[in-house]
Amino acid sequence: MNEEAVQANVQTMRLDLAAEPVTMQRGGGALTYLRKIGAVFVKDVRAEWRGREIFSTMTAFSVLAVLVFGMAFDLRVPRSEMIAPGVLWVVVLFAGVLGLNRSFGAEVDRGTLASLLLAPVDRSAIYFGKMLANLFFTLATTLVILVVMFFIFDLNMFHPYNLLAVLLGVIGYVGVGTLFAALTANSRARETMLPILLLPVMAPVFVAGVGLTAGVVDGKQFSDLRQWLVILAAFDAIFIVVAYLLFDLIWEDA
Amino acid sequence: MGECVTDSGLIVARNITKRYGRKRVLGGVDLTVAQGKVMALLGANGAGKSTLMRIISGLTKPDRGEVLLGGVSARKAGHEIRRYIGLVAHAPLLYDNLSAWDNLQFFADLYDMQRPAQRIEAVLHAVDLWPRRHDAVRTYSRGMTQRLAIGRAILHDPPVLLLDEPDTGLDPASAETLAQLIRSLGASNRAILLTTHNLERALLWADSIAVLSDGKITQSASTASLTTEIVRQWMTEIGA
Repeated sequence: MNEEAVQANVQTMRLDLAAEPVTMQRGGGALTYLRKIGAVFVKDVRAEWRGREIFSTMTAFSVLAVLVFGMAFDLRVPRSEMIAPGVLWVVVLFAGVLGLNRSFGAEVDRGTLASLLLAPVDRSAIYFGKMLANLFFTLATTLVILVVMFFIFDLNMFHPYNLLAVLLGVIGYVGVGTLFAALTANSRARETMLPILLLPVMAPVFVAGVGLTAGVVDGKQFSDLRQWLVILAAFDAIFIVVAYLLFDLIWEDA
Repeated sequence: MGECVTDSGLIVARNITKRYGRKRVLGGVDLTVAQGKVMALLGANGAGKSTLMRIISGLTKPDRGEVLLGGVSARKAGHEIRRYIGLVAHAPLLYDNLSAWDNLQFFADLYDMQRPAQRIEAVLHAVDLWPRRHDAVRTYSRGMTQRLAIGRAILHDPPVLLLDEPDTGLDPASAETLAQLIRSLGASNRAILLTTHNLERALLWADSIAVLSDGKITQSASTASLTTEIVRQWMTEIGA
């Protein structure tokens, strides 16, 4: 429909929505499910691109935190390899909380959560869409952290095994974090509730992540690192399945 | 008169009861809106109108009672039944960082709409927002945001429309556009349940009026048999 025709028919179209009848695809199986996950993911990334709320906050916090850790340990620790793995994972966990809090918090604050819940969507698709967006923001932030640590700690942590550890660790983290963010979204104290609930559950990811990164920094062989990778992969699989099963129950009476 | 029935209904609420803590918000509401009919639900602030809207839309579970949409139990139907509901709530349910087009595109994706671009274009014209379609919603006035909220609710052409104070923030011209939309949608076999504080608009827009007070429907009648004075008397009686 060209612009002139549209302008000429505005008055008609105002009352003639039937001229563009709606056809909706019912069911549709896995492809439809994946399309809805993609729609939620794209919406979150697009909203972040226009609003710059989550990623900029996470990145600013991360850079400052790495700088503070760098200054704090500079005088007391002889080798940066001794503290860098711990610093990396602490900063990832705390920066991640900032993003996770906004994941559903922003939907509640803007009153848009109801529009998601009203859609004919299996609610697990909303979970996976949100989880993918959180994964994207947290991995992008982690990339910035690794670059800043390269300069502050003079340590290259872009080793493939360490990148694999970061990927698996962040998947597990945002998998559980997205579920907990949904749980606490309607709470007035969600900024404090989320880390209190989330961080204890993340202990296995934190320990395995630090262990794996430390092993990589110390130059250990793959056979010495495998146990940590198995822990991270098992955590991811178990908790994402649990989150998938539980997510629908959270919104029963939103 | 505890029940408001206009015909065999597209929207049927049976004995809806809801408590928040010790406060009873709805105490056995029965309500029916037939296909092609518009019902206006009136009541004082806190009477339970929005709670009833949320229950019918499926956003809130009733403690007791049942909602039937097109004869199908909303509770048992699963998420597919949400395809048949359009809701305008107090909040606009829109992403203010996104443009009108991006908002409607997102909801079109969630509703599995085929050929969404044409429908989005038609809806944006219907709510007079076509020239501002690429502007972020946060730059819109209250009235423009409300019009887009109405556009979002009708985007997927739902047979059941729930409009919770849709005229809030609208200037007279926008209210007239909304009135035309409601009349046109009502005439095309949808069932519309709306709430408003404006008695004149309720009489003008709706085929029937029901008054909600203390969690129950206390009055109901066809608008053909009502005048503004009668409805105002009803509202005075319930202290609204």
